[in-house]
Amino acid sequence: MSGASYCPNTPEEIREMLAAIGVGSVDDLFRPIAPGLRAKSFDLPEGMSEFEMLRHFQTLAGKNAQHLTPFVGGGFYDHLIPAVVDHLSGRAEFYTAYTPYQPECSQGTLQALFEYQTAICRLTGMDVSNASLYDGGTALAEGALMALRVTGRSRLVIDGAVNPLHRDIVRTYLASLDVELVEIGPKLGMEDDARLRAAIDDATAAVIVQNPNFFGSVSDFRRLAADAHAAGALLVVSAYPVALGLVESPGAMGADIVVGDGQSLGNPLSFGGPSFGFIASRKEYIRNLPGRIIGETVDRKGQRGFVLTLQAREQHIKRHKATSNICSNQSLCALRGLIFLSALGKEGFAELARLNYDKAEYAKGVLGGLSGVEVVNGSATFNEFTLCLRKSADEVVAGLLKRGVAAGVPLGPYYPDMGNCLVVTVTEKRTREEIDTFARQLEGVLWS
Amino acid sequence: MELIYEQSRSGRRGVRLPASDVPAAAGLPASLARSEAANLPEVSELDVVRHFTNLSRRNFSVDTHFYPLGSCTMKYNVKAIEEAARLFAPFHPMVPLLPGGASFSQGSLGLAHELGSVLAEITGMDEVTTQPLAGAHGEMTGIMLVAAYHKAKGNKKKYVVVPDSSHGTNPASAAMVGYEIITVPTAPYGDMDLDKFREVMTDEVAAVMMTCPNTLGLFNPHIKEICDIAHDHDALMYYDGANLNAILGKVRPGDVGFDVIHVNLHKTFGTPHGGGGPGSGPVGVKKQLVPFLPDPRIVKHADGSYAVDFAPHRTSIGRTAGFFGNFGVMAKAFAYITMLGRQGLIEVSEQAVLNANYVMSRLKDVYDLPYDQTCMHECVFSAGRQVKNGVHAIDIAKFLIDRGYHPPTVYFPLIVKEAIMIEPTETESKETLDAFIEVMRAAAELAETEPAAFAAMPETMPVTRLDETKAAREQNVCYFGC
Repeated sequence: MSGASYCPNTPEEIREMLAAIGVGSVDDLFRPIAPGLRAKSFDLPEGMSEFEMLRHFQTLAGKNAQHLTPFVGGGFYDHLIPAVVDHLSGRAEFYTAYTPYQPECSQGTLQALFEYQTAICRLTGMDVSNASLYDGGTALAEGALMALRVTGRSRLVIDGAVNPLHRDIVRTYLASLDVELVEIGPKLGMEDDARLRAAIDDATAAVIVQNPNFFGSVSDFRRLAADAHAAGALLVVSAYPVALGLVESPGAMGADIVVGDGQSLGNPLSFGGPSFGFIASRKEYIRNLPGRIIGETVDRKGQRGFVLTLQAREQHIKRHKATSNICSNQSLCALRGLIFLSALGKEGFAELARLNYDKAEYAKGVLGGLSGVEVVNGSATFNEFTLCLRKSADEVVAGLLKRGVAAGVPLGPYYPDMGNCLVVTVTEKRTREEIDTFARQLEGVLWS
Repeated sequence: MELIYEQSRSGRRGVRLPASDVPAAAGLPASLARSEAANLPEVSELDVVRHFTNLSRRNFSVDTHFYPLGSCTMKYNVKAIEEAARLFAPFHPMVPLLPGGASFSQGSLGLAHELGSVLAEITGMDEVTTQPLAGAHGEMTGIMLVAAYHKAKGNKKKYVVVPDSSHGTNPASAAMVGYEIITVPTAPYGDMDLDKFREVMTDEVAAVMMTCPNTLGLFNPHIKEICDIAHDHDALMYYDGANLNAILGKVRPGDVGFDVIHVNLHKTFGTPHGGGGPGSGPVGVKKQLVPFLPDPRIVKHADGSYAVDFAPHRTSIGRTAGFFGNFGVMAKAFAYITMLGRQGLIEVSEQAVLNANYVMSRLKDVYDLPYDQTCMHECVFSAGRQVKNGVHAIDIAKFLIDRGYHPPTVYFPLIVKEAIMIEPTETESKETLDAFIEVMRAAAELAETEPAAFAAMPETMPVTRLDETKAAREQNVCYFGC
């Protein structure tokens, strides 16, 4: 036989098993499948050893550009990952475990996820968190659905400065439901606070914003929160977790539901996944939180232990009346997030945020100082900012790619009147030399 | 065990960051700056290593224990696939979306596209999107495609039909897309009741969601007929791929008449479950649904290069996730398929089915078997006989934990009272199965001779049986001070 199989039974054992079952051959076991239903084709290559497979994969990975310096974000960020994250999350007892349905033999996963929930609450300033969602965009959609459930209303106001990829996901999730989604266009780099506040009425379930927004701008949402609450609506905030080391928590600004993408917390870019989405809220909304929640309890001897709790909200019990359809979540990625936050700790995490901020401020100064380049953000920014250029951002970005720099995300596809603008991302991983090189290259492309 | 927060000592810290090579900037305005640092643990790197290492030792896992967890397909996770996926870890998903950027991501785009092609061949579908991030996410995406199809045709459809043996995710996913659910009961022989099915099928049904083999482990002999009835009403057939492991190379849902399928890469193609995720749920469709697939799409040009399709697909349902799916999981599944190849995959289903039937045949004299037929890759017993002595399925589960086995799935499917659902998978040896069978038989014997003994189990774990009611009532989901 060619290829690997990972089926351990020997021909002798297979004979013994068939005899115990009372059939003559393995094929007899497939008799319930009528001949007419059998596969018409199964045209796949024969298998490879792991060594051949790895050589094949190395060739494939080699077809990606190996030396691009990334200044792109868009929801995924190139951050440092301490060695302990890979080492500990890679332990087989975490890695190859399943959902902790049997709590006594899953205390490792359960306690870790309880600690994760605590970390998310502390970052976001919220009371309760679930044990993770898929990613930032689907978390935003779940946050929107949750606000509809909590308020019993059917209208959502969403800021156009929310990540356009995430808004697209929200639109997809809401497409078949009887919900009105009002999108408020942004002003260069800023949410339009006055128009957002004016759009709230007594049918509005929630106002949805992002901090920092897609343009990198950091905002104070206290007034928006107050107006939303006065109208009986919720404030849903999508937050970038690294910014929460420096920027005031959404909870302190009056948010009711906070969501975001946890990739930045110890998960590699991995071409867009896996990552994890987080969702946290005020305590009174816990029964409307989607997904798994871990709760503390005691065993027969009074010892502390952890279990999956409030399962009556979930699909395996409530079926079509569940708060969501989520079954598998992103546990291992959430665990990586917890290990990351624990390894950096209170001081280290604040320092990480500060480092991102300082690097981006330096880049903003250097790039914004070039002739033909203007920084357009109307307020403070965190690790991302928006540049408008003397020529098409598409052309500039394409030119810089050829010089080994992924310069940023051009805004034209998402904001048609911003075809000359791009969002530049600078994390703690970018060196001063890389930033200075970027500036020189940008100048070259701009004036060529 | 202490929480990481309880080990915190003010001023202690773990990993250090690089020194800054740029000047310190003026800070954020006071109204925007965090007034108080997030109260994360203050611990050393060794504290972190010891804490999480010790936590991990309080888990069962496939690498340490046999996990006959029905419907979850907990097979051995081949180690080489980890190395394969790691090769793709540094690549940013935004690069191929940049102008001229696709040529810088040919490896990743190619892998995602080729995985889609291979899954299409395995399932008999015309095209596959890898975007959905989990099985249930795939289901929801699939039903969104169904909704878009009917909308485009001007069909007014209100219902999705599911058998009562279905996974809870099926009705939940359909409800998320705005459909009402019609549940069809299971007939005494273990398949969906055909007469009841005919009764509920009207032109208002948008889709029928089936798992085949179903959650009783049985292959439905009337599946073709069911597809035909659905199609007569212009309803689409949805295939829940949770049990695909049983039929690789034997049946292709697309050949039978299914129009949409999701595949759980973490089940059938052996990527690790990670304590509950990440999974990955690619969705395959027949031609009539291709125009509605989520954006962005990866296309292959005649010259063999790959591109991201930016053309506005007016009929696309839009994005269901940020980028191209759980790529790391996809890479592992593709590595697994590459290693097993055609023959290896066929052997997977054959050995999975053999192992399940072996366990079934050797336990059916001591446990009730409500549907006594040749099973596929899993079988469902009932602890009904043991309940007469006061021993429930959950008690047998706890007994197994003390004997070093992860319990089977219990209390699912809901239609079997005191269900015990066993799925050994193909990667377990006869010796392992024999040892497990002996322990299951010992449980049945103990239920006869000393039923009261179960109440104290499990006794060998760091905690004894946990009070789930208290957890739900007191709702402590965050360590105090949050």
